[in-house]
Amino acid sequence: MANTSTVDHHDDHHAPTGLKRWLYATNHKDIGTLYLIFACTMFFLGGAMALVIRAELFQPGLQFVDPQFFNSMTTMHALLMIFGAVMPAWTGLANWMIPMQVGAPDMALPRLNNFSFWLLPFAFTLLLLTLFIPGGAPAGGWTLYPPLSLQAGDSFPLTIFAIHLMGISSILGAINVVVTIMNMRAPGMGLLNMPLFCWTWLITAYLLIAVMPVLAGAVTMLLTDHFFGTAFFTAAGGGDPVMFQHIFWFFGHPEVYILILPAFGVVSEIIPTFSRKPLFGYESMVYASASIAFLSFIVWAHHMFTVGMPLAGQLFFMLSTMLIAVPTGVKVFNWCATMWKGSISFETPMLFALAFLFLFTIGGFSGLMLAIVPADFQYHDSYFVVAHFHYVLVPGAVFAIMAGVYYWLPKWSGRMYSEKLGKLHFWLSTIGVNILFFPQHFLGLAGMPRRIPDYSTQFADWNMVSSIGAFVFGFSQLLFVYVIWQAVRSGEKAPARPWEGATGLDWELPTPAPYHSWDPPPTREVVAKGVAQQH
Amino acid sequence: MLLRLLGVAGGAFAFGFALVPLYDVLCDITGIGNSKDLLRPTSITAVNTPSADPDRRVMVEFVAELPTVGSWEFSPVVYEMAVQPGKLYEVDYVARNLTGRDTVAQAIPNIAPGKATAFFRKTECFCFTPQHFAQNEERVMPVRFVVDPALPSHIDRVTLSYTFYDNSTRVAAIED
Repeated sequence: MANTSTVDHHDDHHAPTGLKRWLYATNHKDIGTLYLIFACTMFFLGGAMALVIRAELFQPGLQFVDPQFFNSMTTMHALLMIFGAVMPAWTGLANWMIPMQVGAPDMALPRLNNFSFWLLPFAFTLLLLTLFIPGGAPAGGWTLYPPLSLQAGDSFPLTIFAIHLMGISSILGAINVVVTIMNMRAPGMGLLNMPLFCWTWLITAYLLIAVMPVLAGAVTMLLTDHFFGTAFFTAAGGGDPVMFQHIFWFFGHPEVYILILPAFGVVSEIIPTFSRKPLFGYESMVYASASIAFLSFIVWAHHMFTVGMPLAGQLFFMLSTMLIAVPTGVKVFNWCATMWKGSISFETPMLFALAFLFLFTIGGFSGLMLAIVPADFQYHDSYFVVAHFHYVLVPGAVFAIMAGVYYWLPKWSGRMYSEKLGKLHFWLSTIGVNILFFPQHFLGLAGMPRRIPDYSTQFADWNMVSSIGAFVFGFSQLLFVYVIWQAVRSGEKAPARPWEGATGLDWELPTPAPYHSWDPPPTREVVAKGVAQQH
Repeated sequence: MLLRLLGVAGGAFAFGFALVPLYDVLCDITGIGNSKDLLRPTSITAVNTPSADPDRRVMVEFVAELPTVGSWEFSPVVYEMAVQPGKLYEVDYVARNLTGRDTVAQAIPNIAPGKATAFFRKTECFCFTPQHFAQNEERVMPVRFVVDPALPSHIDRVTLSYTFYDNSTRVAAIED
């Protein structure tokens, strides 16, 4: 705590208040908070859409919505959750934690940071506007496959421009992360001394810079096909709709690692803390993350085995996909080895991290099943796929975000959340999420296709179970908001190190963390102490 | 650093577009979905070689598809025929314009299995040019083809499929 006394007087230099504090925000903590609140809002909007879907699927037949609106709900739910909830939540956590963890006062490019956040509300306003225009919201699926997506009505250009804005926002956010990590590390903080969250985010940032522009290119081609008579994907003009799928998934597969790699980082911080042991195999974790990122570029066509491809291609994409299980297995092994003979306690962040470990692995295994070409012809576009990617995204990415919020909330706000309510939230969520998604494996294997508003009656029972789980999971997230609100408003004062085993520069800061994190920068002794405890 | 990273992002954007020609190159190598080759005629002399196996017959199936329902009638006159590799055949497709206006349509061919694409040679086809149709006009359109005797021996059935696109705006733009 060498710096505690010298930090505080920096706070009041240039801190506009009220609305201006947020509109003109350049402080990494303010922007991080904006990102997290935005992500939370989108999480609830996207969640409400998911509940429309599950309400309609509660029983066979058409009860509440017409099929077109149902398809809009699946499309919008995906776009909101991926680009509006999970990605901004990670960027928010990166904004909060990366300067604190590498010993920097702020992000490297504060105004760029402000710009990349404020693009998002405009992007999602455009996207959500489509719900209120004639013809309705996009309903061709978030993957925007032509020729169906080209037949969309007035929602089409709004969706494309919304995706452009989201893309620019995440590219700029990613650039900011790379520059901060490369240029703003405190003296003594080598690259291989950084906490794993910084590492996984650095790799994520490179993925974002590499693939978001490819998505921008693909949707631009859709736009010109629709309005300017080009024929990239229009068969009538000599184009090829299958090419869109290749370009889209060249973006899409790295994208799923963009959603999950920061989760690996968060879990790699939380498990050592509550096991009271340093992370097992730190360097292998870094190399495993980098390998996963590299492999993510050469596996895209496993999303499209059924569109037709030469045998050699099928074999290549099957085997390269299975190869990803190796670095992922290294990670799971390291997390287990970290806990081995540790002195483990089960506070809420640890519970979420453990649930992540188990349930993400289930999602990983069903991914391996989908990678097998002959089996994939059976699973393709079935509810099995829905179960798979929801297992890696909800109890995977979303649980890791929640674990991170519970873990760092005392450092951010200076107050503790209610452990009792936190645990209640955890158990409701975990039980709810399994009731929600596990039966979808059965439905898919029994042959229920995805993206349909009605289904044949033999699927009725498990759909009802799944819908009950959805409502339990959905409404228990209101408790999450309440727990945070209660903690920030009237939680008990948190000590500087609320978790006994917490290590790293972020925990060397006073609680609550000062407005400008490391100003002055940490001394070499403080850095060395933080680093030594982590290794 | 910021500029370099922005450069990388710009490069990645360009790469997205570079994937379009790269994709065509890959299709050339693997021989799948090669509609551009199918839209070019081959000369008869190039393919009119006698087959090594005069008894070999390949079933050719003819399929007609429409991207939208209701505005066209489009179908082959015969649905399948047994052909001798190396010999020239002619079949007809019939189309009728129900759009209620004069218009232009373009047929886009596709061949299954993909491996057969390179061995299915068309010397004349209504798919080579845009087809102008008057309101309510019905027309018989021929396609002449040769199955190359070099067609791998395990392939005994080839499907030729045409999708008939109403293409008036696009063709008008190209012909101008």
